[in-house]
Amino acid sequence: MNPYLPILFMLIIATAFAVGALSLAMFIGRPKGGNERKLAPYECGIEPVVGEVRERFPVKFYLVAMLFILFDIEVIFLYPWAVVFRQLQVFGLIEMGIFLAILLLGYMYVWRVGALEWQ
Amino acid sequence: MSNTTFDWIASLIKAVIIFVVLLQLVPVLIWLERKVVARMQQRIGPNRVGPFGLLQPLADAVKLMAKENIIPTGVDKLVYYLAPVISIVPALAAFAVVPFGEPIHVAGRVVYLQVAHVNIGILYVLALSSLAVYGITLAGWSSNNKYSLLGGLRASAQMISYEIPVGLTVVAVVLLAGSLDLLDIVNQQVKQGIWNIGPQFIGFLLFVVASNAELNRAPFDMAEAESELVAGFHTEYTGFRFAMFFMGEYVNMVTTSALATVMYLGGWHGFGPDVWYLNLIWFILKIFAFIIFYMWVRASWPRIRYDQLMGFGWKVMIPAALLNLAATAVVIVVAKERATLWLTAVNIALFVVFLAVLRLVNSRQLEQHRQVVPQPDAVRG
Repeated sequence: MNPYLPILFMLIIATAFAVGALSLAMFIGRPKGGNERKLAPYECGIEPVVGEVRERFPVKFYLVAMLFILFDIEVIFLYPWAVVFRQLQVFGLIEMGIFLAILLLGYMYVWRVGALEWQ
Repeated sequence: MSNTTFDWIASLIKAVIIFVVLLQLVPVLIWLERKVVARMQQRIGPNRVGPFGLLQPLADAVKLMAKENIIPTGVDKLVYYLAPVISIVPALAAFAVVPFGEPIHVAGRVVYLQVAHVNIGILYVLALSSLAVYGITLAGWSSNNKYSLLGGLRASAQMISYEIPVGLTVVAVVLLAGSLDLLDIVNQQVKQGIWNIGPQFIGFLLFVVASNAELNRAPFDMAEAESELVAGFHTEYTGFRFAMFFMGEYVNMVTTSALATVMYLGGWHGFGPDVWYLNLIWFILKIFAFIIFYMWVRASWPRIRYDQLMGFGWKVMIPAALLNLAATAVVIVVAKERATLWLTAVNIALFVVFLAVLRLVNSRQLEQHRQVVPQPDAVRG
């Protein structure tokens, strides 16, 4: 049997539970009417201020996401290296040292230009 | 019965058991958290429903189930429905590869005490637990509420930032074990004679802090800062959909604690005879120790500011985790067979130095503060 198959069982059970419970809740707790204020999105208990909700938000969040992708890929590269590290010994150390040094340079640059500041 | 049939039945039974146990742990943990935090704040906590308020979570569940199923105007319906499901399904599935005991023999066949014995276990857990960010972000975005959107954005930025230190500390553990298989990681700790909390003490501390932030728990619970964002990403969620987010959160907490136990605390090993049911008890005890520690942290620290949170993640946690990784690699190459011993020594030494520096910085800051803020005597003079 494929060792990954039980994971699929787990996913199916979890999804079935989530969908089932939500459907049941939907069935039990049918809305009981009321005016449109009841369905208005919450904003301090008064009528929402006019304006689009999903408008532009600070570009900082994009920046963090991009930096994350860079660093996360770096971390993923480290995993196979870590598994075979005991065989590679000094060679592996130097190899990864060079790789990390290049990345560290980028990290220092990012820090210098203030991409890590959050105001 | 053929081998395949046996495997199918065994893994189905294991999947169902793990699913039920995880789900039943949620009300227990909610009760425990309310009780523990209450006691730490000189309160009694839930004590009306059932003995010691034990049935309180059950009453809450019934209440949440029966709540009116309100869908606010202007929500993105598909995503709005999907978000709670996305936050709970990976949380439940992530536990599938966590081993909770030595493989046992049943009817002449080997049965692994984990739902799925895959050789990339640790990578799988990391991948699935980081899917939690999707549930939160999508919930925040689809809700048509400004607080929700801000909460979702903040949470996603925070969770992805702290994922890097988590990943880096895990690499250091993989370096020691030479395998991504969680079973191998536990066995290697027994073989080296000391649990990884020794040779990876700094890594352990980093992992605990970073995973706390990853779980969105206080003091890193910026996503749902009540004082600024009402309830953050789940402001517009009621009833059972709201409950789903909480279940996901608590299940993730269990998974993270289990992962920490496996990676740093020797998994199911403890004192006394090496039988599977005792091992199971040890495993559960260690997980609960972690969870109670997280609750303790929540009761002890105030929520930190968002810029401090991000600054801490990028400027302290990531360099520290990188340094820890580099030091581990160098010591393994240089010290060869004695690597464990040296790593333990270096880690403890570094920790002592860290404490000393912290003390120095603290007293320096206190001194500056005294100079800047005039003392009562100076004012009078």
